[in-house]
Amino acid sequence: MRTPSVGALILGIVPFVAMCFTVPLWDRVQPLVLGLPFNLFWLILWIVLTPCCIWGAYRLESRADAPAGRGP
Amino acid sequence: MTSAASALTVLIAIVAFGTLVGFLAGSRQRMDLEQWTVGGRGFGIVLVFLLMAGEIYTTFAFLGVSGWAYSRGGPVLYVLAYLSLAYTASFFILPQLWEVGRQHRLQTQPDFFNIRYGNRYLAGFVCVVGILAFIPYLQLQLDGVGIIVSVASFGHIGRVPAMTVTVGLVIAFVFANGVRAVAWVSVVKDFLMIIAAVAIGVGIPLAHFGGIGPMFVALAHAQPQHLTMPGATPNLGHSWYISTVLLTTLGFYMWPHMFSATFTAKSADTLRRNAIVMPLYTLTLALVFFAGFATVLILPHLKNGDLALLTVVSQTFPAWFLGVIGGAGALTAMVPAAILLLTGATLFAKNLYRPIFAPAMSDDAVARLARVMVILMGGISLALAIHGSSTLVSLLLTGYAMVTQCFPGVVLGLYWRRATGPGVFSGIVVGVLTAVLLMSAHLDPVLGLNAGFFALCLNFVVTVAVSLATPARAAAVVPEPT
Repeated sequence: MRTPSVGALILGIVPFVAMCFTVPLWDRVQPLVLGLPFNLFWLILWIVLTPCCIWGAYRLESRADAPAGRGP
Repeated sequence: MTSAASALTVLIAIVAFGTLVGFLAGSRQRMDLEQWTVGGRGFGIVLVFLLMAGEIYTTFAFLGVSGWAYSRGGPVLYVLAYLSLAYTASFFILPQLWEVGRQHRLQTQPDFFNIRYGNRYLAGFVCVVGILAFIPYLQLQLDGVGIIVSVASFGHIGRVPAMTVTVGLVIAFVFANGVRAVAWVSVVKDFLMIIAAVAIGVGIPLAHFGGIGPMFVALAHAQPQHLTMPGATPNLGHSWYISTVLLTTLGFYMWPHMFSATFTAKSADTLRRNAIVMPLYTLTLALVFFAGFATVLILPHLKNGDLALLTVVSQTFPAWFLGVIGGAGALTAMVPAAILLLTGATLFAKNLYRPIFAPAMSDDAVARLARVMVILMGGISLALAIHGSSTLVSLLLTGYAMVTQCFPGVVLGLYWRRATGPGVFSGIVVGVLTAVLLMSAHLDPVLGLNAGFFALCLNFVVTVAVSLATPARAAAVVPEPT
């Protein structure tokens, strides 16, 4: 079975780093951003950015799926 | 009309409408066993999206999350992270799984274990773990309906009769139509949930503080420690957050019903595209957080945090609107309850009873046994809900501690040819036992980590070690390149 490409995997790891492993860096109340505590703002921001990362991974994967010599 | 009467009338009308949609949805077709469980493998992207979403927006999201935002504070933020990350992980796992499912006509999680590891006892054991993990999950849904109806009736109707009627309704529509009914009811429920979430998340801070921003300014001034980890808890800090996010992210698609929902997708590409859009759906969850945090200052001394959301709704909005929220909430509990019952019953009949005790059983007899199991599981979960007392979030985390133990067997099964049946079997046994022992000894968190995650780590180590020590299967079944 074909495993995902390295580029796609890296794009997949980005949200994990941002939303999970770096929690001590962003788990604070101040500064309030758009009226939200910083930790809540950060997570909501990444809920929007995560689809961008997965979309990037999707593009990389569909390019890897296309047969050689055809398509862009 | 009294407040209780108008709230209940609206609530019952919504539940009746949702149930009716469910009954009408699939009545034109006769369902055989495969149709009954995986909808004939013909769902398009819209129905798959709704089916998945219907399963995510549970009572947990509605009452449990606001309840923990109220009673625990900061640690509840794990919920915002794990859903997005679960979809991210799904991008790399589900398309491969779907491919195996298509090639071998799989319907359920134990089917996968059976095909990959060639061991029906391992498959049967995975079934048992799945059904055990379902118990707290079902209990959570019923507890939710009990809370909703007792608050919406202003205490006139008790939890027990409300939960009993709910179980009856859920069993009825599972019987009538199987999975298509569930998909259509979830259309009704998703629509109501969005309205409810916006009204609650924006309306409550607006009515009491003049907006979401001023509400957080007030809370950050009065109780800043409530908004960060460990919040109002002694020991749910950053290491607990990381381990809980990982446990729930990896376990999300290990729930037997999420696993079989994967097989209903039209193509592997449908699943990849779902993974892109699904995180956006979790944005509505933030609104439930706003409502839960607002309640900290509005109603500071509630005993049961799970009541926080509905109590504040009943004090902020007119009674009929409490009925709308209650109706959406009740459907939100009933849709997953139906899916859990359907999946659990099918698992028991098709993947545990038939292969191990009665290999000669016909498909019709299996479908009959599944229906009996729907009633039995409904009854057992009702009995547990009547006597239980955990918070809704704790119930779900208990389920996750069990069900995530299947993750090593699935992901190593897909990506590592050397993984063997005895390896996976030993891993799951060690993982489940560790999780159960730690939690029943009240050692959760253990060493600052979520007990289920600690058990998962041991499980991985044992799975790999035993796999390397046992002979690989000659013909491991993994999908060929296409």
